[in-house]
Amino acid sequence: MTSNEHSSHEEDARVPRRVIGTPAAGTAVLGDSPPQPPVEDPAVVYPDLAAARRAERLVALLFLVTFLSGVAFIASYVIFQVGTVDSTAASNLALGTSLTLALLSLAAGIVLWVRRIMPKYTLVQERHPMVSAPDTQEYVADTFVAGANESGFVRHKLLRRTLLLAAAPLGLAPLILLKDLGPLPGTSLRHTVWKKGLRLTVEGTGAPIRAADFNSPGGILSVVPQGYEHDLNALAKATLILIKFRSDQLKAGTNQNWTHDGIVAYSKICTHVGCPAALYEQTTHHILCPCHQSTFDATDGAKVIFGPAARPLPQLPIGVDSEGYLIAEADFDVPVGPSFWERGDAEAEAREAREKAS
Amino acid sequence: MTTLKEPALTETPKLIAGPASYLDDRLGAGSFLKRNLRKVFPDHWSFLLGEIALYSFIILLLTGTFLTFWFKPGMGHVEYQGPYEQLRGVMMSEAYASTLKISFEVRGGLLMRQMHHWAALLFVAGMTVHMLRVFFTGAYRKPRELNWIIGVLLLTLALAEGLTGYSLPDDLLSGAGLRITEGVAISLPLVGTYLTFFLFGGEYPGEDVIARFYSLHILLIPGILLALISAHMILMWVQKHTQMPGTGRNNTNVVGAPFYPAFMAKAGAYFLFTFTAIAALGTFAQINPIWLFGPYTPADISAGSQPDFYMGFLEGALRLMPAWEINFLGYTLPLSVLIPALVPMGIIMTGLALYPFIEQWVTGDRREHHIADRPRNNPHRTSIGMAAVVFYGLLWLLGANDEISAFFHIDLYHTTIFGRFAVFLGPALAYVVTYRICMGLQRKDAEVMSHGVESGVIKRMPNGQYIEVHVPPAEDIADHLRGKARLPILPGEADIEGIPPKGARSILGKARAVLSKKYGTEHVPLEEEGGHGHAAIGSGEDKH
Repeated sequence: MTSNEHSSHEEDARVPRRVIGTPAAGTAVLGDSPPQPPVEDPAVVYPDLAAARRAERLVALLFLVTFLSGVAFIASYVIFQVGTVDSTAASNLALGTSLTLALLSLAAGIVLWVRRIMPKYTLVQERHPMVSAPDTQEYVADTFVAGANESGFVRHKLLRRTLLLAAAPLGLAPLILLKDLGPLPGTSLRHTVWKKGLRLTVEGTGAPIRAADFNSPGGILSVVPQGYEHDLNALAKATLILIKFRSDQLKAGTNQNWTHDGIVAYSKICTHVGCPAALYEQTTHHILCPCHQSTFDATDGAKVIFGPAARPLPQLPIGVDSEGYLIAEADFDVPVGPSFWERGDAEAEAREAREKAS
Repeated sequence: MTTLKEPALTETPKLIAGPASYLDDRLGAGSFLKRNLRKVFPDHWSFLLGEIALYSFIILLLTGTFLTFWFKPGMGHVEYQGPYEQLRGVMMSEAYASTLKISFEVRGGLLMRQMHHWAALLFVAGMTVHMLRVFFTGAYRKPRELNWIIGVLLLTLALAEGLTGYSLPDDLLSGAGLRITEGVAISLPLVGTYLTFFLFGGEYPGEDVIARFYSLHILLIPGILLALISAHMILMWVQKHTQMPGTGRNNTNVVGAPFYPAFMAKAGAYFLFTFTAIAALGTFAQINPIWLFGPYTPADISAGSQPDFYMGFLEGALRLMPAWEINFLGYTLPLSVLIPALVPMGIIMTGLALYPFIEQWVTGDRREHHIADRPRNNPHRTSIGMAAVVFYGLLWLLGANDEISAFFHIDLYHTTIFGRFAVFLGPALAYVVTYRICMGLQRKDAEVMSHGVESGVIKRMPNGQYIEVHVPPAEDIADHLRGKARLPILPGEADIEGIPPKGARSILGKARAVLSKKYGTEHVPLEEEGGHGHAAIGSGEDKH
């Protein structure tokens, strides 16, 4: 594996030759020859005998602590049951403390053993350059060339080329197999489940919202489409924030036709990387995304006033149904959430479409 | 004083000799052991940093295997009926429900979960400081460039392993991380939408991603990690560890303790210490209490959501970036996501991977190096490293700018604006400061070698003057200082006839010669004491 100072391989007579039929006893790889009497080696300095004895007692004590802690660990497993928060905390503490103590005293014991009982070493080994000897290199190069020629890979062109040709589709096969990991995006990113008539409901309770009852000036409500409360795919795009303003508070950025009695609905999904923009500051009407602090002005079409988001939160056209509950008037006219390559300037396209229609 | 004990063992015990012979008969293990049992390992505290990462990885495998026995990587909705009151009756994914089960219904489950998470943090932290040690001591130089690249791959994979791991419990916090991952992936030009649809099995979040992350997290990435870590260890073993300069140490030897028995036992103890630290953290320091966060829903988030520390620099980059987005020909290039997600990581990882080769190109140094540099002795390298550390550190710090803002009552936007400038100015400042410190330390070393160290003895001269006697530095310290090697410089000077040497005629060649001179010249030569007639600092005198 490596070469160092014992590199003369000829001397590697590991095991004396064994006569067939005789027992292998005494041919241990670790050697059975009587050990050499210890010689004073300046590279191996033993500690004082008495100090080593003292250290041994300390190490033994530490190993004993490990034994007891190990027993305590097993006992804790049996004694402490889990289930409630409190009992789990007690079990965790008992198991963890005994395990920690067992490991710590074992580690400390071994370190003391190495430092106080084993000798101090300053052994020296030679390094050799990693490069192999020139004759080895030459031999390998010659063998490679000889082998390549013997194989006929160089001479037989047709063999070589068809082999490469054969490998190409097989190399592609694993990639092809990955295709069914998911459907193609299509236009799915451009739509949400919102459609005309779908009721807005309060996230969490699922209660529909009567426009006349929603009167929390300065408040913010997290809203999901009715019937999709547990559909995470739908929620990942369709979740809204609902804010009520006095009509004089709204600025040009907000599409007034899409509001109802000062109630505005914006997508809650941040246009940066898709976190829910869940924080609202009443005094400034700022919507803040807690992930990367993109800040949107709720009075002005949720336009970006700070942070890395590049686009406003899309506004959803809302109205009320015959019973006075808030409903969507249509889907968003631009894709919600983070930007993607095929998105393009959807806002400009939507604007043009609106102008053409009016 | 008795120093040698009587050997207690006169021959290999039968219990060991028997199996050993059996193995040797079949594997020839003897010749391997003959060469390696007494392999010498040099000693320095900083050589232990990488071991923290290694042992954390072993603990990750152990605790992680335990967790797989109960974890269910499913996104199907179930109603929680477990013992945790506050969530009873709540709809959640199987993944989240099974993580709650591990935490509250499996004895030792919470301990193993917390240890697994702490070990993951220690794994990445250990790798990072180990990498800094290798960088600042130049231990990546020939012949160790390949092992350095394996190390960079390991670090990158560890980030991916961490990301796939902490997404698995499917709690509200991990879901936020997953959502950001999706937002980043979908921003990639041309392939982004396809990539996310393939990853999530359709639209985000879908019902597949946890199971897919699970197989990546417990099989594919750890498998590659294990293979690369083994390769890392084998190369370290074959090439032998670098050593710090010191008495009797040179570029063609290794001085230290033998693998058997001393290093082996020490390494075992160190593994146990790492295990102890992780067990103690898992016991006493709560981490990722997922039951407090609730199940994931894309509609909610809690303020102050933070990723694990090793993702912090990407989070900071995302926060600092101005809102740049380009629309052209019906396509969108979301630079405000692409740049922070790819550029800092690209700079750091590519820079790390290429540094040994760039340095070799600049210095023209193709020799093998086995003596570690003291960071001060290669001031430009150290300064570049510190600039990178500050760049990373600022991004990391500003990944928590909301916490900083709340804690120190600083305007949130001011922290962002500060960060936008600081990520450029900070590294430049760090470069200059580090460089000055390195040069100062080099001069200090030169002074110690030429004038000795203050002895604390005040001597009155015949003329009434008081001087402090300087003595030569202790021999081991002097040898440590003498380990300083001159940095090679490529020939770039024009000869007498004004013709530059062959390699320095092209524009690239000229730039290379200039860089080489800059990189190599900044060097305060050591002069051994005596014979130079310099006055010692503090009007002392050289004493022999």
